[in-house]
Amino acid sequence: MSLHEGKIKELEVMANEIRKSIIEMLVEAGSGHTAGPLGMTDIFTAFYFHILNHDPKDPMKEDRDRLVLSNGHICPVLYATMAHAGYFPTEELMTLRKFGSRLQGHPHREFMPWLENSSGPLGLGLAQAVGMALAQRIDKGVSSNQYVYAFLSDGEQECGLTWEAAMLAGKNKLHNLIAVIDRNNIQIDGFTEDIMPLEPLADKWRAFNWHVIEIDGHNFQEIVSAVDQAKAIFEKPTMIIAHTIPGKGVGFTEKRFEWHGKPPNKEEAKLALEELRTLGGKIVSEHQ
Amino acid sequence: MIVENQKLNPKLFDADVEKVPIRNGFGEGLLQAGAEDEKIVGLCADLTESTKMLAFAEKFPKRFIEMGVAEQNLAATASGMAAIGKIPFLSSYAVFSPGRNWEQIRTTICYNDRNVKIVGSHAGVSVGPDGGSHQAVEDIAIMRVLPKMRVVVPADSIEAKKATLAIAKNDGPVYLRLAREKTPVVTTADSPFEFGKANLLWESDAPSVAIIASGPLVYNSLMAAKQLETDGVKVLVLNLHTIKPIDSEAIISAAKRAGAVVTAEEHQVNGGMGSAVAEVLAANHPVPIEFIGVHDRFGQSGKPEELMEYYGMGVKDIVAAVKKVMSRK
Repeated sequence: MSLHEGKIKELEVMANEIRKSIIEMLVEAGSGHTAGPLGMTDIFTAFYFHILNHDPKDPMKEDRDRLVLSNGHICPVLYATMAHAGYFPTEELMTLRKFGSRLQGHPHREFMPWLENSSGPLGLGLAQAVGMALAQRIDKGVSSNQYVYAFLSDGEQECGLTWEAAMLAGKNKLHNLIAVIDRNNIQIDGFTEDIMPLEPLADKWRAFNWHVIEIDGHNFQEIVSAVDQAKAIFEKPTMIIAHTIPGKGVGFTEKRFEWHGKPPNKEEAKLALEELRTLGGKIVSEHQ
Repeated sequence: MIVENQKLNPKLFDADVEKVPIRNGFGEGLLQAGAEDEKIVGLCADLTESTKMLAFAEKFPKRFIEMGVAEQNLAATASGMAAIGKIPFLSSYAVFSPGRNWEQIRTTICYNDRNVKIVGSHAGVSVGPDGGSHQAVEDIAIMRVLPKMRVVVPADSIEAKKATLAIAKNDGPVYLRLAREKTPVVTTADSPFEFGKANLLWESDAPSVAIIASGPLVYNSLMAAKQLETDGVKVLVLNLHTIKPIDSEAIISAAKRAGAVVTAEEHQVNGGMGSAVAEVLAANHPVPIEFIGVHDRFGQSGKPEELMEYYGMGVKDIVAAVKKVMSRK
C-alpha cells in the first residue's frame, strides 16, 4: 500500500518534531548518543505513526505488535517518538538520564513497563524477538497477523549472538519476524568497514535463510513498502537493511562517527535546532 | 538422630541405598508440570537426553525448541518467549548455562524480570571422567549474585522433582542446579519441601555444630552426622536446598543452638552456598564456620567418588571439619 503525499508530509513534519525533541533532551541530559537517534528518526516515525498495531492509551493490549529495540543506546529517538505518539507527556523527555526518571540512559522495563525489552548491551535484541515470534507461532500458528519487529544496529552485527538468533529464525521460518538494521556505517571507534567489515551484509542474511530488502531509511514510501513486502513473505523472516545517514537532519553531525556517543553542547544544540526549525518539513530523502 | 517428620528414606544408612541421578527428578517434574500447564515450554542446547528434557520434548513437540549449540541464544530466546506469557525451562550443562551465557541471563532475564527457569545439569566435580572443563563449580556464585534470580539446589532426584514443580508455579527467574551422577536418595515423596524453607534433617539435644548442606553433600553430611554420633559428637544437619531467597531464620536458629557451623557444598567455597550462610551469620549471629567445598581450583578427570575425596568433600572431610570448628569455639 503506497503512502499518499499528504501522509508522507504528515510523517515528515512529525519526524522533524521528534528530531527537535531529541536535540533538546540530549542537551538537557548532558550525555547520550546523538547520531544514531537522528539517523533512525524517520524509521521510528513510520512505525509509530503508520505501521505498528499499537495503542498508546492501552500500551499492554494483548494483540499489539511487539517492537524490540536491540541497540538501546539510541533510546532518545524511542522515548521522543513514544512521547509524541502519546505514551507520556513530551515534557517528561527533559528527565532523560536523570535520577528517578522513567527515561533511563538505556531502556529499562522496570521503570517503564510497556517497553517490550530492556536494552543497552548490544547483540541481545534479535534473539529476544525470535523468542517472541516463536511463542506467538505456538499460540497462533502460521496464519498470525501479529508481528514482532526488531531494530538492530549495524555495529551489533559483530556480536555472535546476532547470528545464533539469525540461524534459529531461519530454521523456524519465522514469517512473523521482521527486523531492521540501521545501516549507518558508524560505531564508537570509527566506520564499521574499518573496525570490522560487515559487507557483504545482505548476502550474509540471505545465507542464513532470511528474505532481505535494502531501502533508503529516510524514504517513508520505501520503509512502508518494505514492511508490506515482508508481510507477504510466508516462508522466511525478513531483514530490512535500512541505509541511513547518522545524525540525519543536523548538518554538522551527519555521517560523522564522532557524534555516535556524545550529546551536543548548548551552542551546538542551538545551531541544530535552528537548522531543524528552518528546515520545517524539508527533511526529505535525496532519493525523492 | 533423623528428624521423624522429615520422612527420610528408611534405607538411608544402608550400604545398598538406592541411587538415582538428581537430573532424573527434573525430567519427571518437567513432564508433570508440562501436562499441568500448557504455558510451559522447553528449550535445550543440543543436550536434550542428558539434561533429561527428552521426555518433555517427545510428549510436547510443539512446545520444545531445539536450539543447537547456542547457549547465549538459549537464554535470550527464552526471555522473548516469557515476554509473550510462556514459562520457559531451558537446560544445558551448568558450565555452558549459566556459565557461558551469564550476561544474557543478567540482561534479558533478570534485568527484564522474565519468568524463565534455568536448569544447569552436570554441576560439580562428580561429573567425573569428562574432566574439569565440564565440571561447573562456580555456577551458584554467579547466579545468586544476580538481582531477581533465585537459586535452588536439590539434594536428590525426589527433591529435584518437587523443586521443578515448585519453580514452575513461582513467577520470576530461577536457577535449578542438578548433578549428573547417581546420588543416594535421601528424601521420599512424603518428605516436606517448600521453596525457600530449609529442612532440618538431623537433630540432637545440645548440638555442638550445625552442618548446613546442599545438593549431593546432604547425604554425605547425614553420613558424617551418624558417624559423629558414635563418637559422641552431637550435630544438626540442615538441608539448605534453596540458597536464594535464603532461609535466614533457619540458619540463625541453627547457629544459635550449636554455636558453630560447617557448610558443605559441591561448589567453589568462594561465593557459593557457604558464603551465603556466612553473610547471614556475620550480620546476625557470628559463629566459627568451616567451609567444605572446592578451594579455588578446577576439577579433573576421575571417578566421582575419588574426586569427591580428593577435593575434600567426603564424609571424613566433613567429620574433620566438624571437629576442627568445635576446637575454634
